[in-house]
Amino acid sequence: MKRIAVLLALVFCSTAASAGQDPSAKSKKDGAANQSSVLSPQEARINALEDQVRTLAEEVALLRDELHAMRDAKSNEPGSSSRVLLASSHLEPGMVPSASPSPVAASAPDPALPQAAQTQGFGGATSNAKLLNPDISLIGDFIGTAGRNTVSPSRSLELHESEIGLQAIIDPYARADAFISFGETGVNVEEGYVTFTALPAGLLLKVGKMRADFGKVNTIHNHALPFIDRPLVTNNLVGGEDGIDDAGISLSRFLPAPKNWFVEGTAQVLRGDSSDVFTASRRQDVSVVGHIRAYRDLSESTNIDLGVSYARGHNDAGLGSMTFNPSNFLTNLYAADATLRWKPLRRAIYHSFLFRTELFWSARDQLSPLDIFQTQHAFGLYSSAEYRVNRRWTLGGRFDRSGRATNANLTDTGFSGILTYWPSEFSQIRGQYRYGHLWDVPNDRFTNANEFLFQFLFVMGAHGAHPF
Amino acid sequence: MRNANPHTRTTAFIAAFTLLLALWAPPAGAENKLNIVTATTDLAALAQEIGGDKVDVESIARGYQDPHFVEAKPSFLLKLRHADLLIVVGLELEIGWLPPLISQSTNPKIQVGAPGYFDASRFARILEIPTGVVTRAEGDVHPLGNPHYWLDPENGLRIAKGIQNKLSEMRPSDAAYFAQRYDSFEQRLKQAEQKWIAEMKPYAGHKVITYHRSWPNFAEHFGLDVVGYVEPRPGIPPSPQHTVELIGMMKRDGVKIIVVEPYFDLKTPNSIARDTGAQVVVLMPSVGGEKEITGYFKLFDYDIAKLKQAFDATK
Repeated sequence: MKRIAVLLALVFCSTAASAGQDPSAKSKKDGAANQSSVLSPQEARINALEDQVRTLAEEVALLRDELHAMRDAKSNEPGSSSRVLLASSHLEPGMVPSASPSPVAASAPDPALPQAAQTQGFGGATSNAKLLNPDISLIGDFIGTAGRNTVSPSRSLELHESEIGLQAIIDPYARADAFISFGETGVNVEEGYVTFTALPAGLLLKVGKMRADFGKVNTIHNHALPFIDRPLVTNNLVGGEDGIDDAGISLSRFLPAPKNWFVEGTAQVLRGDSSDVFTASRRQDVSVVGHIRAYRDLSESTNIDLGVSYARGHNDAGLGSMTFNPSNFLTNLYAADATLRWKPLRRAIYHSFLFRTELFWSARDQLSPLDIFQTQHAFGLYSSAEYRVNRRWTLGGRFDRSGRATNANLTDTGFSGILTYWPSEFSQIRGQYRYGHLWDVPNDRFTNANEFLFQFLFVMGAHGAHPF
Repeated sequence: MRNANPHTRTTAFIAAFTLLLALWAPPAGAENKLNIVTATTDLAALAQEIGGDKVDVESIARGYQDPHFVEAKPSFLLKLRHADLLIVVGLELEIGWLPPLISQSTNPKIQVGAPGYFDASRFARILEIPTGVVTRAEGDVHPLGNPHYWLDPENGLRIAKGIQNKLSEMRPSDAAYFAQRYDSFEQRLKQAEQKWIAEMKPYAGHKVITYHRSWPNFAEHFGLDVVGYVEPRPGIPPSPQHTVELIGMMKRDGVKIIVVEPYFDLKTPNSIARDTGAQVVVLMPSVGGEKEITGYFKLFDYDIAKLKQAFDATK
């Protein structure tokens, strides 16, 4: 087989060489023709042909030597395109008799394998399905709720979200990520942005719709949260499930820092429309977000991650007001976050611990019931911890406390406990108990909510990176 | 009539921040040495063999760490941002952590497809390239082939050749130096290989069980016969039913060796060993798995010595 391939290559090379030789041969012929005064035309032609044959023979010998040298050194040049074709043809389902290899057959040493590897040269298979296609994934998020909650009731059973992820490298300068989430009530482009990775001066530019870099939990997709729900404070102060998620431009850069500290600054300008936090009534009512993150490895298994964030935008409190300019109503948000992680490298898949706390301050301009312009200062926080007990089980808990953006005196409190089971890396089954001491607006009093939530998460398609 | 005040302030804020970000010039780190970052320690060891004192090499993963599950820590970005060359294992081994690190590194040189991005798998002989339908019913399969290919010294040599070519391309003035280092590496490796093969010869064809499918290249090269895995499927933790089947098979076929990677729990392998009279051997799949494994040669020295010990103990 190999010999045939070499022979074929030789024949191909010599044809190519002779093709390349043609013009020079012709010129030699012309040169010989010029000497026709001395030699007869036939002799001249024979001479020219002899010359040509000699050069070709030399070339073939050279090529052969080269080929031998390459084979001897088991040269490591990546496979040529024809080899890639051969390799990828292994993936054709029709090529093999058994379409679903049993695990026993797969685990048995396959004598054909080295042979197959020989014919395909070096390198792994080329993934046919992925040629120029984006990485596609779908994450299903099914949530069930039981118990009593009169303040923010959710449905008993729902396919809360099906998130389609499309990710690809666009060109040598950029990559793009899009996450489209199909909820129970409609479709939403959760994120869709292009990242320019080859900018000068260490700048990283993102353009599109994105979850704003405001704190930690705001940047995390639903399925990647350590809990089934989002903390109370997200709902009360920072826009609920969607959070600050808006179209805009984001610029980040590593900042100079003491040794072993990683410090990154991000500045974002967004249109100014995010859930119930920001509302832009005019084109210039853009919102801005700034974030500084500092990270340090304390040891190879322990690290801390700190951040401060600021967001500013217009709110909807003044809309419809006769006496005030609606553009004068601003919401300023401040946040601080701290995360401590522990994961022993030798047992990374069995044990890990994460503690996180985030504090939020909201200063919201609004009208009091007596139509007086006022700024409402509300504060909220959550603290959570997760512990991976073994490869399949994770335990977690969270404490919540938050005022309401429109009325800081109404402070909701709650806590949750969660248990997660991982059948594999690609699915999770969770149960969460949630208690809430919540202000019941219509009845003007506090009420207790006791709920049990359960969730099934499943991932199909491309193996996305794990969020950190 | 426009109320221009907030607008101007916003613009000023953005401008100030952008200016602030842009003003910090990147630290002048352009030393004479090539800065190489590798995904794993084995690739770092090979790059060091070829690069010698003309390069600075650093690995992201540690040798005792499961290379599938490295965390994308921001501290790695500090290494990547100044790298001239990034060497990866490829075959989707690092898919869970490397892509975000690369795109956040703000380093155009090492982006996928750029001259400073080097996929070592393209130079190695890859085993277990799946045929037929690939689904996750078979666990966390690697659709492009088994990525633990560096455990065959021949592949080590092939990757080293690839690294030599790459380094020569990046630093043509040092090409002769890299060529000489490669020749020396090749010579020493061929010698060592003969020694290793001779040491393993008495155990040729011996059957072993491994925890994960990390050893096909090693087993093929040194003549071991891997007949089963502690994991029922790649990436799926051991199940009682599979363990019972495995024990039955081991007793029937007289399998006496269970090879375990340093990052897996020993509970199941130990209990299998108790039931079958087999030996559990923790072999290092990577350089740096133990302190004494300081280079590519020591990796095979260590693993072969451990295997010999275990085979002799179960005679």
